[in-house]
Amino acid sequence: MPDLTSQRIPVTVLTGYLGAGKTTLLNRILSENHGKKYAVIVNEFGEIGIDNDLIIGADEEVFEMNNGCVCCTVRGDLVRIMEGLMKRKGKFDAIIVETTGLADPAPVAQTFFVDEDVQKNARLDAVVTVADAKWLSDRLKDAPEAKNQIAFADVIVLNKTDLVSKAELAEVEARIRGINPYATLHRTERCQVALSDVLERGAFDLDRILEIEPEFLDAGDGHDHAHDHHGHDHHHDHAGHGHGGLKHYHDEEMQSLSLRSDKPLDPTKFMPWLQNLVATEGQKILRSKGILAFTGDDDRYVFQGVHMMLEGDHQRKWKDGERRESRVVFIGRELPQQAIRDGFESCITT
Amino acid sequence: MKQFDTGEGASIASITERVRALPVSLPATSIHFLGDTAVFVGAEENAALIDEAGEVSTVAMHGGAILCAASDGRRVVTGGDDGRLVALDAAGAVRVLATDPKRRWIDNVALHPEGAVAWSAGKTAFVAGGRGEEKTFEAPTTVGGLAFAPKGLRVAVAHYNGVTLWFPNMAAKPEFLEWAGSHLAVTFSPDNKFVVTAMHEPAMHGWRLADARHMRMSGYPGRVRSMSWSAGGKGLATSGADSVIIWPFTSKDGPMGKEPAMLAPLQARVSMVACHPRQDILAAGYSDGTVLMVRLEDGAEILVRRNSGAPVSALAWNARGTLLAFGAEDGDAGIVAL
Repeated sequence: MPDLTSQRIPVTVLTGYLGAGKTTLLNRILSENHGKKYAVIVNEFGEIGIDNDLIIGADEEVFEMNNGCVCCTVRGDLVRIMEGLMKRKGKFDAIIVETTGLADPAPVAQTFFVDEDVQKNARLDAVVTVADAKWLSDRLKDAPEAKNQIAFADVIVLNKTDLVSKAELAEVEARIRGINPYATLHRTERCQVALSDVLERGAFDLDRILEIEPEFLDAGDGHDHAHDHHGHDHHHDHAGHGHGGLKHYHDEEMQSLSLRSDKPLDPTKFMPWLQNLVATEGQKILRSKGILAFTGDDDRYVFQGVHMMLEGDHQRKWKDGERRESRVVFIGRELPQQAIRDGFESCITT
Repeated sequence: MKQFDTGEGASIASITERVRALPVSLPATSIHFLGDTAVFVGAEENAALIDEAGEVSTVAMHGGAILCAASDGRRVVTGGDDGRLVALDAAGAVRVLATDPKRRWIDNVALHPEGAVAWSAGKTAFVAGGRGEEKTFEAPTTVGGLAFAPKGLRVAVAHYNGVTLWFPNMAAKPEFLEWAGSHLAVTFSPDNKFVVTAMHEPAMHGWRLADARHMRMSGYPGRVRSMSWSAGGKGLATSGADSVIIWPFTSKDGPMGKEPAMLAPLQARVSMVACHPRQDILAAGYSDGTVLMVRLEDGAEILVRRNSGAPVSALAWNARGTLLAFGAEDGDAGIVAL
């Protein structure tokens, strides 16, 4: 198979609850001088004050695939728009899909997995979620959509940090981490984030699954150390408990689950287990990702998934001296944690 | 539900040396004949006209992508992402038929033999020309395809979860044919008895108009992007598999309970089909660039173009069936006189 990755146009999905600042970020992407041309699929025309014939209005029409899989929903309008855009290949470098504030990112992401033609021409780059530092904590309590968008994100732009105190910022970050510890988080005012931190992330690129570590373990994203030091909350309060200076919340509904094993996994057990897990619990599992060491296999195997859809491949040889450790993470709603742990354990080669 | 399985190959003759290469220099998305003038519609901006003498002229049609095209044999009408609906005649004259005030994409177009034109932008379908003023119909979701019935002024509007049969000049309530899923291209059988859609998933769905009885036509490895009725409407030839799949429509039940014919299998996906207008012959284009002519009766094949890389993206006969033209995604094109 030829490597098509470079020819496939990267697609960034931009989500965020109403008023979080999606349009501000979009306007920056479109107006900054970065030498790239973006086709932008927006849900509301006119909010963007830039004249560009590659801004396309979409209707967010979701339909269920007739394959017996209830959560297998795709955006038919996106399929159509992608087809039209592909006729103008070469006129733009990347595509940004903005969703409405109330949208579930899953159908957008799934469109890039299930549609043959879309997949041939485009690849999902990352799900970027803009969150409002002042109001997100409240929205996580009353708006399931907001929680979905955080759980689904590869990159979170925590915006309007100038409107909150340090304590409030620490609180909202802890709430985000309680749901999704793996996304890269950027703290911004007026969405002032380096565009290279939100675009061309390769978050769905199997070749770029390097390690799976919760982001907060190394305290942020590496670009942002100054903020991190301010951001730490040294005053433990009663709402959470301290972990290396960061408050830690457990979201009742949405969690991540991380599994690891130093012993190799049996591929004849693991693959059927994983496939069965997403087939039966896929509605609850929003995202999954793994790096696997199989018995008698010198290659790293990587996989990732969105709900019931999985893709995986041998990535590269394990390096000499590299620790052959398997890591799997799931982010989802009311995950049957113990059952998943037990299932994973049963795949370890004894 | 009917499925097909792989068939047998057949002997092969060749007319590749009779094909005349055409310097159209655009990746054709469709070809239409206006008399013996071939019109190659490009993916964006332009169309190329090839007159009987083989002279190529390029005509500017749209300011961006050309999203759809249809022809009634007298003109080619295209819709673009510039929000315009444009007509082109054999002399190369271009006329703007409609402009969407919000510059929405014109996604679909269909022509009625008596001059009416139907098009859609988003959820709205329009009909104009012929007798009567412009009419609109709001589909429940974005329109996936449009087709005029062979008789009367009736339009099939394909959308999510079915097809609506709309009578633009009548007060009658539109008729809704339901089937879950996303319906794209739509076509009436020439005898006006059946409506068939190509769906977003690799399947087709049909309804018998008399009683809205369902016909599920599945088993395709890929989406059906090209459909063509054989001479007299005896069968519906389709792309989407590694052979041409032809569903029989000779009986009053259409393909219900019957197996489709599977002709001209290759180690490539059929990308385009075009049935000869008068004889039981069809032309098929493949994802590897091959073009074949196939006799429906026994599957005998004639090689028109060898495999050459880029998929065949357009294929058409003139009305008399004496010229066959093809275009590929890489801009390569040819015509053969028979």
